[in-house]
Amino acid sequence: MRKILSALLVLALLVPCFAVADDLPVVKIGVFEPASGDSGAGGKQETLGMQYANQETPTVTIGDTEYKVELVYADNGSSTDKAPSAAQQLVSQQVSVALGSYGSAVSIAGSLYFKDANIPVIGVTCTNPQVTLNNNHYFRICFLDPFQGTVLANYAFKELGARTAYCLAELGNDYDVGLSTYFQQEFEKLGGTVISDFFPTGNSDFTSYLTNATMFNADVFFCPVSIAYSTQILQQAAAQNVTFPILGGDTLDSNVVANAAKGTNVKVVITTFYQEGANPTFDTGFKAWLNSNAEAMTNNGGNDMISAVSAMGYDAYYTALEALKAAGSTDSAAVMAALPSVTLTGVSGAIQFDETGDAIRTSAYVKTINTETGDWEFVAEQTVE
Amino acid sequence: MWSTVFPYLLSGISVGGQYALIAIGYTMVYGILRLINFAHGDVFMVSGILMVYLVASGIPLYVSIPLVLVLTAFIGFLIERVAYKPLRSAPRMSVMISAIGVSYTLQNLVLYITGGLNQIYPTIPWISNSVTIFGATTKMVTIITPFLTILLVFALVFLINKTKIGMAMRAVSKDFETSQLMGIKINSVISTTFVIGSFLAGVGSMLYFTNYTTVIQTSGAMPGLKAFVAAVFGGIGSIPGAVVGAFIIGIMENIIKGLDVILFKAGMIAKPLGLATFSDAFTFALLIIILVVKPTGLFGEKTTDKV
Repeated sequence: MRKILSALLVLALLVPCFAVADDLPVVKIGVFEPASGDSGAGGKQETLGMQYANQETPTVTIGDTEYKVELVYADNGSSTDKAPSAAQQLVSQQVSVALGSYGSAVSIAGSLYFKDANIPVIGVTCTNPQVTLNNNHYFRICFLDPFQGTVLANYAFKELGARTAYCLAELGNDYDVGLSTYFQQEFEKLGGTVISDFFPTGNSDFTSYLTNATMFNADVFFCPVSIAYSTQILQQAAAQNVTFPILGGDTLDSNVVANAAKGTNVKVVITTFYQEGANPTFDTGFKAWLNSNAEAMTNNGGNDMISAVSAMGYDAYYTALEALKAAGSTDSAAVMAALPSVTLTGVSGAIQFDETGDAIRTSAYVKTINTETGDWEFVAEQTVE
Repeated sequence: MWSTVFPYLLSGISVGGQYALIAIGYTMVYGILRLINFAHGDVFMVSGILMVYLVASGIPLYVSIPLVLVLTAFIGFLIERVAYKPLRSAPRMSVMISAIGVSYTLQNLVLYITGGLNQIYPTIPWISNSVTIFGATTKMVTIITPFLTILLVFALVFLINKTKIGMAMRAVSKDFETSQLMGIKINSVISTTFVIGSFLAGVGSMLYFTNYTTVIQTSGAMPGLKAFVAAVFGGIGSIPGAVVGAFIIGIMENIIKGLDVILFKAGMIAKPLGLATFSDAFTFALLIIILVVKPTGLFGEKTTDKV
């Protein structure tokens, strides 16, 4: 008995040795995303895109060697005081390149640590201009807030016929405040009036802000806030029977928000990066993957609706692979040097970087929620010259 | 003027009632144990999460509502037994640190269970309906909250003044050791206090989350803090003080959120000044002023009102 047991133990010890012998060398890609906090839902959906891309293409050939791609996760907790330690975590894991983050404020907070370690970062949906400004290591594959603010202001003024806009942003949140300001500038240039308010972090009573908008006879309520706040605003707006449409930025593009608006009579209009149906191959593949993976399904909010951020996460992963191939090495400094010249046709459109490291994007998708079915519907593709 | 102020007043009274239900828990525990129970706001949040999961598991509302209240009361009881009772003779600071520990434990447990995703609170019929009152549209729960709060407070005051357990509570709050010598089982009195406090927090969470439908692990922090401020504001240890304090805080913060509109409509300012940004700052500044003028809070002097 004892002999058999010891033989089994020896075998058990040997098995991993064989497994290791087969393994390819590993290249690490950092995932710098929020998995908790106010933007946790969005961060998880963005990560899903990367995970799907990783399971679709798990290896990459750098130089003449085939490497296995390993995603290394760090939760920046949607907060600027947790972001530095998440960034340091990825730096100490020696990732070749990092992807993220959902939310501009955390991206800015973590930026310096990547810079010091010479690790390039590919911003996925952080739209604030500050992220890539005055540095060489931060790149970005999405459009920027001045562009998004202009598109939204034009849409509100010309398509919705609004003349008075009420803007609500979270105090001290770079994304909210930035986008709100760009919207205000453009809307006032067009000849409209803007009233803007800020709410403190952690607030959940938006009834008074909604009353403010009603009292000022606002034609549109612009709230480019985190998912957690936007669901509150939508439900409270529905309870107050507001007459103005609610306008938002890319953060609102989530099935969580669509679910909150389902069954109400609130009109929601947003701009975003990707519309379901633009790339059928990606759509079907991604949905099939979600349906076969219970954890992924939960992280996507319980159904298989595709968020734009997932498509962006998918594109970011392939951008990173292209950069690794172009660098011909897993050294992060080489990847950084190779990134500016990387081009790619992703599911969300063509990706090419300009001299600040931003993707050249000229169009945004305008979407609205069908409140009967709880689905996002395509309205228009908006371009600004 | 009235039609301008009224919607803000309505929001203020409603949120004030919800703060009051939480504040009572703080003030009762303080009255008896001289302990600031920092975990109270999180008990409130856990009650919200319980409701989300019970309803999601298919239990009908008429079962899950009482079940949530019972479970919340039980959690309060359990926290006291596990984290505070063993520290009865320890310095007060140790108990307070233990309370902070419980608070973070609850938050992180919920973070683990929900995965950090915000949960949408189930719709409770009737009280979620929209109603229009004096030209302001709001949810039914907004109207019900102040009445339900007052009703519960009266029931509580009756319990404290007229029943045997209430008499025991008053005795314990006056003098801990003496009442023990007189044969009062202080452990059961303390447990009862926690059960009542948590039960009211459970009721408060139903009203609060019906209005503000998103629950995440940090949802209890801000209402908890405001309720604590209300309890101090009214004179900690005093139940009427906590209730009045909560209503004042709730109304104040909503009036300040709407101050721009009120001043604008009254013709006192030409364009909005963005005063809503300062709603919390104003509220807490008011607290400081009141405490400087009246260090014991509004109702803090009458020591007989402890519990």
